[in-house]
Amino acid sequence: MLSITVFVLAAFVGFEVITKVPPTLHTPLMSGSNAVSGITLVAAIIVAGRGSGTAATVLGTVAVALATVNVVGGFLVTDRMLEMFKKDRP
Amino acid sequence: MNDVLEAGLYLLAAIAFILGLKRLASPATARSGNRLAAIGMFVAVLVTLADRNVISYWWIAVGVAIGSVAGALLAKRVEMTAMPELVAAFNGFGGGASAFVAAAEFIRGGADVRTAITIVLSVVIGALTMTGSFVAFGKLKGIVPGRPVGFAGQQFFDAVQVIAIVALGVIVVVNESSGAFWVLVGLALLIGVTRVLPIGGADMPVVIAFLNSASGVAAAAAGFVIDSNILIIAGALVGASGLILTNIMVKAMNRTLVGVLVGGFGGGDGGVAGEIGTLPVKRADVDDVAITLAYAREVIVVPGYGLAVAQAQHALRDLANELESRGVNVRYAIHPVAGRMPGHMNVLLAEADISYDKLYDLEDINREFARADVALVVGANDVVNPSARDDAASPIYGMPILDVDQATTCVVIKRSLSPGFAGIDNPLFYFDGTLMLFDDARAALTSLVGAVRNA
Repeated sequence: MLSITVFVLAAFVGFEVITKVPPTLHTPLMSGSNAVSGITLVAAIIVAGRGSGTAATVLGTVAVALATVNVVGGFLVTDRMLEMFKKDRP
Repeated sequence: MNDVLEAGLYLLAAIAFILGLKRLASPATARSGNRLAAIGMFVAVLVTLADRNVISYWWIAVGVAIGSVAGALLAKRVEMTAMPELVAAFNGFGGGASAFVAAAEFIRGGADVRTAITIVLSVVIGALTMTGSFVAFGKLKGIVPGRPVGFAGQQFFDAVQVIAIVALGVIVVVNESSGAFWVLVGLALLIGVTRVLPIGGADMPVVIAFLNSASGVAAAAAGFVIDSNILIIAGALVGASGLILTNIMVKAMNRTLVGVLVGGFGGGDGGVAGEIGTLPVKRADVDDVAITLAYAREVIVVPGYGLAVAQAQHALRDLANELESRGVNVRYAIHPVAGRMPGHMNVLLAEADISYDKLYDLEDINREFARADVALVVGANDVVNPSARDDAASPIYGMPILDVDQATTCVVIKRSLSPGFAGIDNPLFYFDGTLMLFDDARAALTSLVGAVRNA
């Protein structure tokens, strides 16, 4: 039950924070949130490293690889995009 | 590691995610926000590696190595025009990771009822997000046909699938049946495919925003499985973000989420109406347009996806520089669906070094058109179609548009009179105040640069 409370409260925080992101940054927001949803890496590491049989370890390793693509690729590509957003000097 | 310290560091990571997203409120702070979130992720991963449950590192290292190389290559190599495909693929990987985690937990066995429920949720949401995203990726990339692909009785078939998934889920929770679990996984994978295939290419911005949300919910579901607050918090943040973007896209296209997901809208390949091109238009050549632009004071550019397809962003920037050096004020009006995903056009213009404070959203720029001398429409069509505003019988009636017809002169650069994604004619092209310059966007803009210089 406590977990559901955390989920609902975090969703509310998300709504509050993300409504303030301007449309001009919506693409970096999406790629950045791809990276944040790579947090599944934490679960994948536990599953792959717990030593609970070959099948579970293999599935866990695939999960680690997929989540790492999201984390590394997501943060890097977002940084690459945000670097391009420049303002003319007045 | 000490439990209190571990919990504290995870909390710190969660705070870094929230503050990182908060810094996306302005382009000036956004880059530091993304880095803050990345630091949060790094901390979370280190804490997890130090967790006492993790006893073997070999396989983790293999997964991290493969993922890092693939992720870095994708991030470095992707063209900005291909960002929607990349985000679609990443949504799929995120969903897939959650599904694999849940499957591994199921195989380990010994789950109580509560955990079993979360495993079922995680594997179903994760699996359908994965295959749905891969189909969306294929449609954006052109590997899978952009037009709606369906078959007779599709709705019935989907309904049966949903009922079967629910029933199998209950069976898995009640008696941990292995057979039922793998059939459940198969059906979840299948429904992702059969649900996205019938959605037209023009609706893909909505679909990837929605799947973005789904990948967050899948991460949160995996968090319920292994009882981890950091996953639940991060997943909920992404879920909320995706939902907000979905809502914005749906409104900008005058659709409903249900309408989009049911599918069947939009040809994606264009060309439906029969009467296009029968009315007279005012054809202009490059010199006419150059004079109009060069002696204007206020110019508002409306870039559409045609601009990106023609790779004409840099030519547009050159033209704007030329005009600005003559004292013309140049601004850009960005419709929410100008690109192939939310905010896509802004990234494409930023790539061409166009200052972000000159890019205006629909609500902020629309009343400015009445005061503008020239509205320059490049590669856009449906988003400037006055029928959406004036003609209650039009299929796009009610969709918010940019009021380019309010400007003294409207210049449209377009290869032909062919219709846009909605497949309908655009009365704007036949208005008295509209000049049509028929050419490829890049060629036209490039010749305009020289013509303005000599004007």
